[in-house]
Amino acid sequence: MDDLLEIGGKKIRSRLITGSGKYRDERQIGDVVAAADCDIVTVALRRVDFDHPKDSVLAFVPKDKILLPNTSGARTAAEAVRLARLARNMGCGNWVKIEVITDQKYLLPDNMETLAATEILAKEGFVVLPYMSPDLPLAKRLVAAGAAAVMPLGAPIGSNRGLRTLDLLEILVEEIDAPVIVDAGIGRPSHAAQAMEIGAAAVLLNTAIASSNDPVSMARAFRLAVEAGRLAFRAGMGGVSKQGKASSPLTGFLDG
Amino acid sequence: MSFYETITRYSSFDFGGFLASVTPEQVETIIDKDKLLEHDYLALLSGAAAGFLEPMAHKAASLTRKNFGSVMFIFTPLYVSNHCDNGCPYCSFARQHRIARSHLSNAKIREEACAIARTGMRHILVLTGESRSMASPEYVREAVSVVHEHFSSVSVEVYPMTTEEYAALAAFGADGITIYQETYNEAKYHELHRGGPKDNYVFRLDAPDRAARAGMRAATVGALLGLYEPRSEAFFTGLHAHYVQKTFPSLEVSVAFPRLRPMVREFEAYCEISDRLYVQMLLAARLFLPRCGITVSTRESREFRNAIAPLGVTKMSAGVSTAVGGRAAGSASTSQFEIADNRTLDEMKSDLAGLGFQAVMQDWNSHYLAEEELPSTFNNGIH
Repeated sequence: MDDLLEIGGKKIRSRLITGSGKYRDERQIGDVVAAADCDIVTVALRRVDFDHPKDSVLAFVPKDKILLPNTSGARTAAEAVRLARLARNMGCGNWVKIEVITDQKYLLPDNMETLAATEILAKEGFVVLPYMSPDLPLAKRLVAAGAAAVMPLGAPIGSNRGLRTLDLLEILVEEIDAPVIVDAGIGRPSHAAQAMEIGAAAVLLNTAIASSNDPVSMARAFRLAVEAGRLAFRAGMGGVSKQGKASSPLTGFLDG
Repeated sequence: MSFYETITRYSSFDFGGFLASVTPEQVETIIDKDKLLEHDYLALLSGAAAGFLEPMAHKAASLTRKNFGSVMFIFTPLYVSNHCDNGCPYCSFARQHRIARSHLSNAKIREEACAIARTGMRHILVLTGESRSMASPEYVREAVSVVHEHFSSVSVEVYPMTTEEYAALAAFGADGITIYQETYNEAKYHELHRGGPKDNYVFRLDAPDRAARAGMRAATVGALLGLYEPRSEAFFTGLHAHYVQKTFPSLEVSVAFPRLRPMVREFEAYCEISDRLYVQMLLAARLFLPRCGITVSTRESREFRNAIAPLGVTKMSAGVSTAVGGRAAGSASTSQFEIADNRTLDEMKSDLAGLGFQAVMQDWNSHYLAEEELPSTFNNGIH
């Protein structure tokens, strides 16, 4: 049975979304994307030189992938909106990952500005994927505003610390009627598998692949981890018990 | 709120005593910590920590790769005026020196900007000597405006300005400022700058605050190493960046550790900064401030810059001339200092690639936020 992820009217086969920054050599991107077998690749608009597109990172993203321009560098909703419109005008499609960051130390998203940008861009027909701190009321507002998915962080960008926000992510997965894509903080394949096991629709990661010594092998490892986690989630995982099964049941007398 | 409060807090601090008291065991513990406190940072600048450069380097390299990736941001300076009202004894541009003074017209600035842009450079730093009369705020604005037409991002390194003046610069296309305190030691600062317009320690110290309030996106701070005791200068550089980062979280903050270079007249430096001490400062800053930018200019040699590229550096200048009008054809004026790395941009890119770094020419494009419709050059769809 096909297990497709639907976002913005498109059926997506791969639940691993990769980035395109931080590589020592952008020519690695094609091989990495192939090894990750992903369908969606995010690109930081701040780094795209539209005056010299042949030299820009866009030239290295395989043409058959869905381009997910991100608004990294935006400090306000207005800046994010402007970047998104620019991307669409430049032929980068109508998908956008909203990234509004007012904190350069931890690169945590500004949820308020993110919501404001989502409201505007969803109305303009963008497929909006907002990067957010995992907050349930905000996630509901984002979806109500037209977000095609929500992208809560597992840990700060680039930290490779794993799912530090696990309890909050589980609540979002349970309560939000839109794909929950865990973005940021995933440093190891086991983190990606864990995100999929709890029912995340997909994961987005970049640093863990781009900054590894062998990005292509690491991309393959993440593909396998995401597939494994997804299969496990769909198969229904056994419950976890911290207690042993008592050989002398305490309520056995009720059966007597 | 001002960084001056921090400076004051340390005014009677015994740096020598503290640095001498640090033990190797303390250093080892600090290197293993996730988050460093102020005194941890200072301990990493101690003589004891000099014995741990290798483990510090490994941690610095790993932190930098995680936070910034295997990339190096590239920029180039453009000197537009070397008139100066100050008498800084360590600088070739100082008013007492009989050097060829030059002041580029808008047309000449455009010529220079075009020549530089043709090399593929996208980020530029516009510099002037500190003369409010010859390089007035209006002149700097004009220069920024002209240069901005040819570059993705423009920063300025000029005299400290008021918030309103910075706001006007930002409106004309400037994204960031670089301002060196020269020395964080207040007494030494006044000794070196007595009588000149620069003799206002706090006004200079607070320049990044005003730039941030004016809407600038980035600021680079630091001291000119060689003017005073270098370990405390490095310490205050890190603390200054930390203060600015905390006070203005949306500002991208960087530090630099420029060493005094030979200039037009001999100046007796307070001390020489050895390569070993320079590296220690770099590593300590990276461990204390994992997300902070670290800039290294062509004051440093090709060999040295290649060697330290993986140790925490995030930004390097390339294709540099420190003379006014040094790029386009024609005569260049006296240089501010002798540069030690004459590589072209292509040579830099090639060296960086060999070291495992992608040279990033554009990390921001302020034109993308412009109110007007997209420039006519933006006419090619990509996908």
